[in-house]
Amino acid sequence: MTDQVAVEKLKAKFPGSVLDVKEFRGELTLTVKAEDILAICTFCKKELGYTMLADLAGVDLSAMGVSGPRFQVVYNIYNIKAKQRLRLKAPVEESRPRIDTVSGVWGSANWLERECWDLMGISFNNHPDLRRILMPDDWVGHPLRKDYPVQGPDREPYQGRQI
Amino acid sequence: MAAMTETMTINMGPQHPSTHGVLRLVLELDGENVVKATPHIGFLHRGVEKLSEYRTYHQVIPLTDRLDYLAPMSNNLGYVLAVEKLLGITEQIPERAKVVRVMLAELTRLKSHLVWLACHALDIGAMTVFIYCFREREHIMEMYEKISGARMTSNYFRVGGLSADLPDGFEKSVREFIDAMPGHIDTYEGLLTGNKIWQKRIVGVGVISGEDALDIGITGGSLRGSGIDWDLRRDHPYSGYEEYDFKVPVQDGCDTWARYKVRLDEMRESCKIVRQALDKLKPGPILADVPKVCLPPKQNVVNTIEGLIHHFKIITEGFKPEAGEVYQSVEAPKGELGFYLISDGSARPYRMKIRPPSFLNLQALPQMVEGRLIADVVAVIGTLDIVLGDIDR
Repeated sequence: MTDQVAVEKLKAKFPGSVLDVKEFRGELTLTVKAEDILAICTFCKKELGYTMLADLAGVDLSAMGVSGPRFQVVYNIYNIKAKQRLRLKAPVEESRPRIDTVSGVWGSANWLERECWDLMGISFNNHPDLRRILMPDDWVGHPLRKDYPVQGPDREPYQGRQI
Repeated sequence: MAAMTETMTINMGPQHPSTHGVLRLVLELDGENVVKATPHIGFLHRGVEKLSEYRTYHQVIPLTDRLDYLAPMSNNLGYVLAVEKLLGITEQIPERAKVVRVMLAELTRLKSHLVWLACHALDIGAMTVFIYCFREREHIMEMYEKISGARMTSNYFRVGGLSADLPDGFEKSVREFIDAMPGHIDTYEGLLTGNKIWQKRIVGVGVISGEDALDIGITGGSLRGSGIDWDLRRDHPYSGYEEYDFKVPVQDGCDTWARYKVRLDEMRESCKIVRQALDKLKPGPILADVPKVCLPPKQNVVNTIEGLIHHFKIITEGFKPEAGEVYQSVEAPKGELGFYLISDGSARPYRMKIRPPSFLNLQALPQMVEGRLIADVVAVIGTLDIVLGDIDR
């Protein structure tokens, strides 16, 4: 099964959910609706053979200069038999930074989602154990957000090298 | 009438040597049996992902080797490959640079596995193996020092190739080392494999089925010890790995013993790959011919004004990949190490997400130790081969 076949199957199964398909440097990225993420991930694992969630990342688009929802949750999934990778992206609104957990689909999502919550402030519905993982429990704020100063909240903001 | 029992909660780590850095485990014990294990991490958190958003692509390289400080070159390799993919210059990397990268990545695998074996054996009580492994590791550290100037935090790979050619006599010292290494591996095996204490401590300990391992995201030697035949060097070749002849060791015991055997075999295979790389090594350029990305040769910088300007511009401004995103992973000694890079067209990564192997491997610890004895916890931490720099980032 090629990547394209997987995309076609996803489109056929979830006609209204696949918002965008993009290819860059030979990698396929599918943007899907956040509310259907659990169903789509379950389908990807059960029917399309993407048995491994390699990585889950939160992205803050607020400094990118694009319109649309502020956050994205990115799933890099992998089909170990067909040796194919696929990337799913779900846009998440700033006003309601929540998305369903996929830790029931892939166990590895448990810690990855905790990390995403901790560092990016995106919450996961029905997550079994949503606690901070890298920062202390009483930490205020989410450090990987673009509006969080790189040297910490109580310091002179570091602007980076001016380029 | 059954005796009343009460569970006791204890902290293991962060200071205990077998917790490999700063891992704290909260163990709920019923006598000697582990009822529940909860890992607490984050003591090291250095914010590498955040920092890299404020640096040019080249400036990020020295951050990456501090992730898994026992296998710095593998991290460097993963990162530079990701940036090369983002730039679309993967095809232009010169042959010599690719061969040197493979050779050093495999020496790094040996280096990392030596520390794994040393610490794993020491955790279980075998002191001699520890001393022997560190003796051999020292040779690799010396090679690191010769090529990059640093023993641990190498900074040798560049986007587009290497920072400099190999020093004189380097190939000879690698060959001497690699000829002696299989004999050393036999020595370690001689000390451990037939040893009754070693067997009793690791056979059947920390069992995790292939399916569970895949579900929880375990990769690398730990996954291959659970019978899943998967190795990125063979299945998604990078840096010319498809041209090398090597086997991917797999064991289906799913226990600490299987993982021990897999990693020992991997060390032998690494020796083979290094030997092949040495045979392949031909003189040639070490940097791709991409003037916007790669620094010009030093002679041009000091002798010509164009070279000087060119050098200055790359150092001060960096380079600007077109907007887009890539995910590139390599088979690091501990498993799949991935870099997910997003570019917004500026000279700095917009977002860099690292997929560290140890982070996901450690997640499996509770299900591997719950129901077992507290002494097994030490063996399982050792067999997962975790490094907290990799987990906490």
